[in-house]
Amino acid sequence: MAILSCPLPRPATDRILLAHGGGGRLTNQLIESVFLSAFSNSALESRHDGAVLSASGTRLAMTTDTYVVQPLIFPGGTIGDLAVNGTVNDLAMCGARPLALSAGFVLEEGLAMEILHTVVAAMREAARVANVPIVTGDTKVVDKGKGDGIFLNTTGIGVVVAPKPVGPESVRPGDAVLVSGDLGAHGITILSVRDGLEFEGPVSSDTAPLWAPVQALFEAGIEVHCLRDLTRGGLSSALNEIASVARVRITVEETLIPVSDVVRGACELLGLDPFYVANEGRFVIFVPESDAGHALEILRSQSVSAGAAQAGTVHEDRSGIVTVRSRIGGHRVLDMLSGEQLPRIC
Amino acid sequence: MKFLDEYRNYSAVRQMAQAIQRVAKRPWTLMEVCGGQTYTIVKTGLQDLLPRGITLVHGPGCPVCVTPLEMIDRAIATALRPEVILCSFGDMLRVPGSTQSLLDAKASGADVRIVYSPLDALQLARANPNREVVFFAVGFETTAPANAMAVWQAEREKIPNFSMLVSHVLVPPAMEAILGSLDCRVQAFLAAGHVCMVMGYEEYVPISRKYRVPIVVTGFEPLDLLEGVLMAVEQLEDGRAEVANQYARAVRRSGNLPAQERIAEVFEVTPRAWRGIGEIPSSGLRLREAYRRFDAETRFAMDIDRVEESRECIAGLVLRGLRKPFECPAFGTRCTPDTPLGAPMVSSEGACAAYFHFGRRKEDGHSIVSTATAGH
Repeated sequence: MAILSCPLPRPATDRILLAHGGGGRLTNQLIESVFLSAFSNSALESRHDGAVLSASGTRLAMTTDTYVVQPLIFPGGTIGDLAVNGTVNDLAMCGARPLALSAGFVLEEGLAMEILHTVVAAMREAARVANVPIVTGDTKVVDKGKGDGIFLNTTGIGVVVAPKPVGPESVRPGDAVLVSGDLGAHGITILSVRDGLEFEGPVSSDTAPLWAPVQALFEAGIEVHCLRDLTRGGLSSALNEIASVARVRITVEETLIPVSDVVRGACELLGLDPFYVANEGRFVIFVPESDAGHALEILRSQSVSAGAAQAGTVHEDRSGIVTVRSRIGGHRVLDMLSGEQLPRIC
Repeated sequence: MKFLDEYRNYSAVRQMAQAIQRVAKRPWTLMEVCGGQTYTIVKTGLQDLLPRGITLVHGPGCPVCVTPLEMIDRAIATALRPEVILCSFGDMLRVPGSTQSLLDAKASGADVRIVYSPLDALQLARANPNREVVFFAVGFETTAPANAMAVWQAEREKIPNFSMLVSHVLVPPAMEAILGSLDCRVQAFLAAGHVCMVMGYEEYVPISRKYRVPIVVTGFEPLDLLEGVLMAVEQLEDGRAEVANQYARAVRRSGNLPAQERIAEVFEVTPRAWRGIGEIPSSGLRLREAYRRFDAETRFAMDIDRVEESRECIAGLVLRGLRKPFECPAFGTRCTPDTPLGAPMVSSEGACAAYFHFGRRKEDGHSIVSTATAGH
């Protein structure tokens, strides 16, 4: 029993780590310490999926996203439809009907033209389904080894149709928390085809445009308080961000959150938590409890959100935390992801 | 989902908890050995269901947590060699060495890759004949058979560019070290089900007899753990000290004999230093002479400085069940999963990380607290 202690503190990181892009705590720290302090303005500080701007009496939403997925083509999608859907969804989460998209390509020397064709065709189809034109673009080519096949940026503008502000600041104690469908399919699909971790399973990405169900909610007069798509960092990161901005406590029931058997099985085997796994076609909706039943009916009538369920509720408690009631009735905090989610040893 | 939901069934779990309530007359302290069990306990809030007198303390069974600092430094130094591809299980990557982690090394250019099996590392070696592929073999008896298999396979195929940095540890000697220490609080063990699946549980019989302590081989689901607690508490209340098997659906008394044979063929028992605990005799595995040429420590001989560990982190006390993570002054403030002072704050199986993520700060009842996320 000689040594009873642990290592010296390590210095704060002086390099970018992959976890800075993971959507969890380090991403938030990076945004706060570098970007927000440099670019500070009111639209940016709302920390929403997109900015809402006023132009001659029209409220416009603007958002941008850059896609770096590997592999470029995966079961259920490609980097192309992912990029179109992702930006359409960020606009939808602002309560905005997508008006137009731009596309910026960074291509790596040596990329097979066939792959580019496949990706572009997928973009065209996704844009058609979402009913949004790609109106401007840009192309750059970098030396072999300086890129990863394709990096793709899309920027979108949309017209805000939400009658009232949609965002964490509108969340109220008593709100119902709805989830639009089963979680984790995209993240597990990418993992299943990534180099070194291949496994087989009937799972494909959930990438899909989400404007249709959002529009249906507004058209039905549902009082939507907040929308958030569940991308990197999964359900947990989204709920934590909302709880922290809204200064409320969110509680969810583990048994009410839909997760498919395939995703659950893969997560159990790999030591991952489906609440942290990425999605590309799922979102959470905060509505007054009195609207929850009607909102669920509307969501379930749309194919992309047919699996919608009420997962939890919002409570008066300024702690800004998220808690889960487990399957066996115990309680725990659902924390934001720290670093990347890494598979465990045994 | 079959084979999972049965063991997480709400009413079955409640009934088992009530059975413990009926049996437990006095306070008892039990240690679950495996980090996977700790994870389930904290994640499902299982402690909320136990009588107040029953205390679960968390054992040393987190492979990431007990891997010595020098070994992590050695892995990092090996990974930084340009010819090397260093492969490891995922949660090893974030563990701090004396100055950096493998993830930091990766960010500064080292070729570090996550694999799910040592056989994947072997495949990488076949596919990259001009590189040296090193597998960082950490873990207990659970991961030893596959690691032994990879070396055995490499020998059979004469793969020259594969090697293994071995830091294997064995569970029973660590349990004995805990029982043998003067300040031991543990009155019964929930032994690690998956370790016993490989090794069986014969070797626990002399330990149970010598120290008069019940040892219940236990699974990893909430119902398994509660039944393990019940079986241990029944023995304690009766004044018995026996080895019992709760995890009979997976564990046989003799274990998995072919797996044991493969381990014995490739590895031999050696003294091993445990991070936070110190050196324990006969508590590790190293490659046998016949396979020593696959030993990365020999192949990439490097001097690694012995580093003085900080006095602040109480990982050693946590790993021996003497303190709960929240009893550490650095917990949740100077030590978080983003800035870990000690390894138990890193792995999902580490007790400190489990307590941090799931917000458990104090023992009593409904222990969800806000301080776990304060300041972030």
